[in-house]
Amino acid sequence: MGNVLAFSEFQGSGLKSSALANLSFAREAAKAHGGDVVIALVGKGAAEAAPAAAKYASKVVVVDDAALEHYLAETFAPIVARLAGEHGASVVSATATSVGKDLLPRVAALLDAAQASDISSLVAGTQFRRPILAGNAYSIVELATPVIAVTVRQSEFPPAPELGSAGQVVTAAAGAVDALGASFDHLESQKSDRPDLSDAKVVVSGGRGMKAGENFKVLEQLADLLGAAMGASRAATDAGMVPADWQVGQTGKIVAPNLYFAVAISGAIQHLAGMKGSKTIVAINKDPEAPIFQVADYGVVTTWEKAIPELVEEIKKVKASR
Amino acid sequence: MKILVPLKRVPDPELKTKIKDGAIDLTGANWVVNPFDEYAVETALRLLENGESGTREGGEVVVVTIGPEDAAQQLRSALAMGADRAIRVDAEDKNLDSRAVVQVLTKIIEQEKPDLILMGKQAVDGDANQVAQMLAGKLNLPQATFAASIELAADKKTVLVGREVDAGVEYKRIPLPGVVSVDLRIVSPKAVKNNVTPASHAYPEGPRYASLKGIMAAKKKPMDQKKAADFGLASPAIKEVKVELPPPRPPGQIVADIPTLVKKLVEEAKAL
Repeated sequence: MGNVLAFSEFQGSGLKSSALANLSFAREAAKAHGGDVVIALVGKGAAEAAPAAAKYASKVVVVDDAALEHYLAETFAPIVARLAGEHGASVVSATATSVGKDLLPRVAALLDAAQASDISSLVAGTQFRRPILAGNAYSIVELATPVIAVTVRQSEFPPAPELGSAGQVVTAAAGAVDALGASFDHLESQKSDRPDLSDAKVVVSGGRGMKAGENFKVLEQLADLLGAAMGASRAATDAGMVPADWQVGQTGKIVAPNLYFAVAISGAIQHLAGMKGSKTIVAINKDPEAPIFQVADYGVVTTWEKAIPELVEEIKKVKASR
Repeated sequence: MKILVPLKRVPDPELKTKIKDGAIDLTGANWVVNPFDEYAVETALRLLENGESGTREGGEVVVVTIGPEDAAQQLRSALAMGADRAIRVDAEDKNLDSRAVVQVLTKIIEQEKPDLILMGKQAVDGDANQVAQMLAGKLNLPQATFAASIELAADKKTVLVGREVDAGVEYKRIPLPGVVSVDLRIVSPKAVKNNVTPASHAYPEGPRYASLKGIMAAKKKPMDQKKAADFGLASPAIKEVKVELPPPRPPGQIVADIPTLVKKLVEEAKAL
């Protein structure tokens, strides 16, 4: 018996879309544990997002403090651990974003909880299915601590729908905020009008065979046409062709769009781990032996130079005929 | 400056996964140092040396593993790369989970008092990505996970870490002692700065290979053996119920040309 404390990231006056995957999980887990979902909104400005969050759970607890302007594991973890105790949580969960992955194990340590990371499903109350070995196998694990921690793979859970009625919003004090000397310095990010790689419906990725960063402009035409996010293999990001945060793979982002284009990507295990959950995979590669063809639903053996402009034209025709 | 690098052995990630009786079949496994931990060893060495002249500017790199006798081989690999000293805590793999590992490492860190704890962001077998954060939490130390770059301040009291996050690269400064977990790009040519190696110096991509001299020297370097029982090892709280292979994807098809591809994407896959 116990509640599920769902640490949820917000932006402005709403929850981040990544948070909704964890809320799907949290509802399942709350049912299994005979408790309720309690959303934890922590950070400066959290109060502003509380009304939106209240549409997803019967209770939202808000910790809004100027000292929490930037996310830091050092300051957030003690707060989340304290809220878990105060709200009778037997499960503390978050989506496995870069924040969730950084934060939850630290919270787990403070609660002496065992953690299941990056789960793909809830099997039973404390049993979870999770990918291991770069997605080459799945492990079903059972956690035996009184309180457990879970991070949830975003692509494996649907976004939670809103509930019929709004939940209760309560506020809690941050208490003494001690960053242990750690500080946020700055964020380097590439602004883009494209959808987030992690939750795009269509992803267009290029690999080593693109040869140079400027050649990705050709792929961007395809992405623009489909409203797709841009991705890349590790070979392409390592070669500096495109920014590192485009990387799809075991060490990059895990994506599972409806449609995934792998262009001039050979298909190393590393890359496959990040995209083989996609619904439909298209591979374009001039090498008929490329391993990417083994996971692709549709393959075309040709060069990207020839294929992409033609693909853009053909898709334009389809769109025009609708 | 003392840097402690906990490392784990993993079955060679390049080899195909086999499953037997609901568990990973490790008979005849080829064990290697977890690649991310190997990057942590490389990072530790780069932090303590002048990369241009190849000379060490003092300091010590201590590598630690928790595992059976065979796991000493992976410690030797790290010593051959240039680490100074190794500690192996004897334990069976089946008795270990993240919490147990953290419990042992916490005690070792209390004994060794390193200035920096550096490790891979995750082991590529379990892919759990927990130990660094849990360790920092237990020891109440600052943490910087998923490091793609690290710069040691001239006074050696803080590090500025470039962290791979979803939105790009976040720069976080932490005082030492602290815990840093490393990502792939930490071994790119200019990712590690220590105010000793000239800023213009570019390392080769990736971790260094052990030289023959390094391999010979490693045999004489100290390796301390400890027993897990001495650390009051907790029984594991994570039980592996079963391991299974992912469902196979239905076989795909090679199509002749782009118009055929688009036709199939529209009509068959209904993806456009």
